[in-house]
Amino acid sequence: MQWVNDIIQGILTGGLYALFACGLSLLFGVMKVINLAHGDLAVIGGYVALGVIAVTHVPVLWSFLIVVPIMAVLGYALQRTVIQAALNRSILTTLIVTFGLSVVIENGLLQFASANSHSLGVNNSIITSSFSIGSQIQVAYLLLLILVVAVVVILGLQYFLSASRYGRLIRAVADDQEAAQMSGVDYRHVFGIAAAIAFGTVALAGIASGLTSQFSPTTGTDTILLFAFAAVVIGGIGSLWGTLLGGIVLGVAQQIGSQINSSDGFLAGYIVFLAVLILRPQGLTGRRAQS
Amino acid sequence: MTATTETTARSAEKYRVTRSRRNVAWTGAGALIVVIVLALFPYIVYSSTTSIMVQAFIILTMACMWNLLAGYAGLVSVGQQAFVGLGAYFVLFLNIHNIPMFDALPVAAVGCGVAALPLWWLVSRLRSGYFAIATWVLAATVMLIIEKFPSLGSGTGESLPNTPNLGPTLLLADTYWIGLAVTVVALVTTYLMLRGRVGLVLTAIRDDEIAARSSGAKVGLARMLVFVVAGIGCGAAGALLAVSSLIVQPSAVFSVEWTAKMAFAVIIGGLGTIEGPILGTIVYIVLQQTLASYNAWYLIILGLVAMLIALYARRGLWGLIDDHLHIRLFPVGYWLWAPGSGRRGGMGSLGGLGRRRGGRHS
Repeated sequence: MQWVNDIIQGILTGGLYALFACGLSLLFGVMKVINLAHGDLAVIGGYVALGVIAVTHVPVLWSFLIVVPIMAVLGYALQRTVIQAALNRSILTTLIVTFGLSVVIENGLLQFASANSHSLGVNNSIITSSFSIGSQIQVAYLLLLILVVAVVVILGLQYFLSASRYGRLIRAVADDQEAAQMSGVDYRHVFGIAAAIAFGTVALAGIASGLTSQFSPTTGTDTILLFAFAAVVIGGIGSLWGTLLGGIVLGVAQQIGSQINSSDGFLAGYIVFLAVLILRPQGLTGRRAQS
Repeated sequence: MTATTETTARSAEKYRVTRSRRNVAWTGAGALIVVIVLALFPYIVYSSTTSIMVQAFIILTMACMWNLLAGYAGLVSVGQQAFVGLGAYFVLFLNIHNIPMFDALPVAAVGCGVAALPLWWLVSRLRSGYFAIATWVLAATVMLIIEKFPSLGSGTGESLPNTPNLGPTLLLADTYWIGLAVTVVALVTTYLMLRGRVGLVLTAIRDDEIAARSSGAKVGLARMLVFVVAGIGCGAAGALLAVSSLIVQPSAVFSVEWTAKMAFAVIIGGLGTIEGPILGTIVYIVLQQTLASYNAWYLIILGLVAMLIALYARRGLWGLIDDHLHIRLFPVGYWLWAPGSGRRGGMGSLGGLGRRRGGRHS
């Protein structure tokens, strides 16, 4: 029974990790680069949510209506300026620039917002409570909600990419940038749109991280980026459903690990990640390595 | 047949190839004098200066290694703190078992080189961004594993139990000399590696990986060698860190900030040049010391400057100097003297092609 509970809790946490990861997965799919500042941007999302709530007094759960557009605009702006400039040079430059951005954001937050942890407390009792299945399994509504949000975001992204005009443009640019350009597509604008969407999901990840636990300036690299990356690799590079699966596998591994020894949750997650890297580098859903 | 011989004879008569435009002996002598002067530092400067210099040695050693990784082998590692931490913990482990800490340092460095092999096997098939974060995850994993040993202080760390019974001044001086030795070895190793056959492969990877592969260069092998050497170097720097601070704490030695510092020093100084890390370390130490009272500001400024340089001056400060003055302290390339060229502007057609990279084949 204990194991069943671990797996259920792991699946619920996996939703959070999938939410962390889908922005990373999307941007990699489109631009073939990894944004090393991904986690720190999610933390910025959390801080923006704190600010928005303090100023407008919107309910915490609805703060995403304001935070997501703000982060999307930031994403578009950042993509059209710094990241595009780096992409125009080389992959190496992009990595250096996003790593620099990560360090600058983290230390900037430490400087301006202190090292204190913050959380986005919810006063709504339905959300903070949980329901039980049987005698031992407790399911928190909040984690369930986040899992549902993750699934909805991934469904939405899939639909957007396959059916909408901009989704088609994004896929076209991702497949063959030069051919798309020759057909009159401004790839920089398309990249900007993709970044805006990715940053929107990053904002959701930041809010979710603030809802489930605390965040501080170092959360972005300590947990969000590494977990997101582990989820992407476990699931299979470039597949959104793979990312959800990867998040769930990571969550379950962490739960089972911390069941064995309370401090070994993270380690168990990373060991599964490394095992996938060795045994199945293309990921659980991937067909061939795209590294 | 005759024609070929004739051409060769003619070109031998007219073209001359040297390692550098200027006489290398002078740079060698200059470097020797600098090292001797630096070795005398504990006698002539205050101990506050020597302890800053020890920090500079740590950063410079790491920067040399990151330069080999990112500047030449095209491996952007964000996980070098794994080796910094391992080096520090090797020293702690050996010191607990009654081995003097200065003797433990070279052993720790070699141990890190050995540890680099399985880690390389894990990450070698990944490229660019995936390699970057995978090394980061590896570093986090190594830290979590180390924290599982209560004898090594678990999550809080441990002080070195057997420190030499010297006064603080003498201890600092010893640490300084060891640091200087580690740095000189790191610089000389980098120089010799890049001068030799491996250097040719690495320079080819730096300039164009696909072209290097298609010319039959053993790219994978060269990369593994660089990863192991960088493991040894970062391990030595981590061991130096443990020796200089006399305490080893997991969150401090495994901090990703080490990689940030070494990377920023290299990028600012000049990625893919041997002189770059030296210049970058000077910039780093000056900024850190001037802004010491403003907490993390020096890292923010370093990060912003590194981003700007990565975008607008890819070869860093040394690249700018080299472009204008054609100086190279550690010549690893070749300089082609055109027929009948005088003292200046001795670039043949080949040199002309290499103009983008500072006027010569480096």
